[in-house]
Amino acid sequence: MRDAFAQEMTRLAAEREDLTLLSGDIGNRMFDRFKQVAPERFFNCGIAEANMMSVASGMALSGLRPVIYTITPFTTTRCLEQIRVGVAYHQAPVVIVGTGSGLSYAELGPTHHSLEDMAILRTLPGLNVLAPADSAELIAQLREAINTPHPTYMRIGKKGEPLLHGESAQLGIGKANLLRDGSQLLVVGVGPILSEALKAAETVAPKGYSVAVASLGGVKPLDTTFLRLMAQRFTRWLTLEEHGIIGGLGTALLEWQAESVGPTISIKRLGVPDHFIHELGDQTYSRRLLGLDSTSLAQTFHNMMEE
Amino acid sequence: MIEATPSQNSVADLSATALTLRQRLVTTSATARIPHLGSCLSCVELLVAVYWQELRIDPGHPEDPDRDRFLLSKGHGAPILFQVLAERGFFPLERLEDFGKAGSVFHEHPPKPGYIPGIEAATGSLGHGLPMALGMALAARIQQRPTRCYALLSDGECNEGSIWEAALLAASQKVHTLTAIIDFNKWQATGRSQEVMALDPFAAKWEAFGWHAQEIDGHDFEAIEAALASARAETERPSVIVAHTLKGKGVSFMEDDNNWHYRTPNSEELAAALAELEPG
Repeated sequence: MRDAFAQEMTRLAAEREDLTLLSGDIGNRMFDRFKQVAPERFFNCGIAEANMMSVASGMALSGLRPVIYTITPFTTTRCLEQIRVGVAYHQAPVVIVGTGSGLSYAELGPTHHSLEDMAILRTLPGLNVLAPADSAELIAQLREAINTPHPTYMRIGKKGEPLLHGESAQLGIGKANLLRDGSQLLVVGVGPILSEALKAAETVAPKGYSVAVASLGGVKPLDTTFLRLMAQRFTRWLTLEEHGIIGGLGTALLEWQAESVGPTISIKRLGVPDHFIHELGDQTYSRRLLGLDSTSLAQTFHNMMEE
Repeated sequence: MIEATPSQNSVADLSATALTLRQRLVTTSATARIPHLGSCLSCVELLVAVYWQELRIDPGHPEDPDRDRFLLSKGHGAPILFQVLAERGFFPLERLEDFGKAGSVFHEHPPKPGYIPGIEAATGSLGHGLPMALGMALAARIQQRPTRCYALLSDGECNEGSIWEAALLAASQKVHTLTAIIDFNKWQATGRSQEVMALDPFAAKWEAFGWHAQEIDGHDFEAIEAALASARAETERPSVIVAHTLKGKGVSFMEDDNNWHYRTPNSEELAAALAELEPG
């Protein structure tokens, strides 16, 4: 995903003269082509995220379209105050990109995990909170974010995530898509972890379980039209996110349910339990440990069907 | 239209303006119960010099993209900034009759742009204004605009790490169009600023961070004007003007008394203050 991001930023920099890219001293060589296209519009702001965020809001208030890029915890919770005041309150059209989100950098330890970002940032008025599932969704959302007058936060993965969306998908901010249709259970998720749900849905299909998988694209704004449509088709829902269980997508959907379709559907939530992770391994290991890998998900689907 | 060069006012004119602003400030503080009086009184000359002598602005067109930007990084100085903006013609003075009333935009800190003409940023949280001004200066460089950017800081505000982060980036980016002015009144909310955090040697710190640093008397119009001219002449380094000031300046019983960070005058104190603020 991060390579797709860098390539798209280079294309955007060539297209529009108001685009700037601010990096928190990461992405060595990754932005070489951007720097060739627009050397005066690339800023390595150093390891100083609070300042970087405020600089971006100042640029945006002067008419530029700054995009901030660094590892997720450092571009979110590290500088939350600057996001809240400079970006959200001012409605400065900054695009904040957190790379290696969720458990992408699982082996780097809790300092590099981002399992609270969506929960915290979706409380800020006027800030889009996006979590694209693949590069196609990322590019569509990035292009739209650059063109909206509002600020956007986007959490992305790292390298090599599979493409999950078909060519007919309607991608963008607040746009949900079915990645796989089904009839008995709906998995509603965000982010690259949806690849695990798709594999699990394949696994349980021969047993006669029909599982649909949807990417919501983010937690704010929610595609409520899509959700209402799905509520007419599915009563059993499972939310999936590579994020803490408190406050993220699952919570957002419970809030939506309480204020719309009520008990006509039942929602179970899957995410990272409410504790820091000390048993370190790579992302695959960590997902397995937490019951978020395809094998565990297949078992969860099975259990839900048999209830 | 933005004036090509700032207007020329005599020191007597500037002093008269400063006196009028102090009278209105103290009166508003007493009637609307608005605190931070000491912090406002210490930066009156700095604001008058900047708004009447330095900034390329047009109060009739406050959103002209080529305008200079002034950010009150010490946002709790808003009560005096509002008086300055009214006197400078950004909005009618009568609007300040709502100061402190429920539902008014005129309260203790500047709101975000769009509510009060001339306000460039909401800065009630300290440590934001200088980095935002840096962003605006970098934007002007990219957009090839003549804009210069100014931020007025308090010494207590320099406790914030983001100020020094901005100082480092401004120097590496050679943003010579950025000028920080520090209202160095030696106090922060609950103590002497030098005792709370070791600021001294203050100007030397900025110099070491790669800035063109000047130390002046922040109540001396000629010194302020000369320092601003020197900052304008810089072609590489960002500039900082460490302006030595007196908290509560202009009202004898408020001067250097930190109780006036939070206190507001009662009717007797208001009368006594106004008696001192008569043209001499």
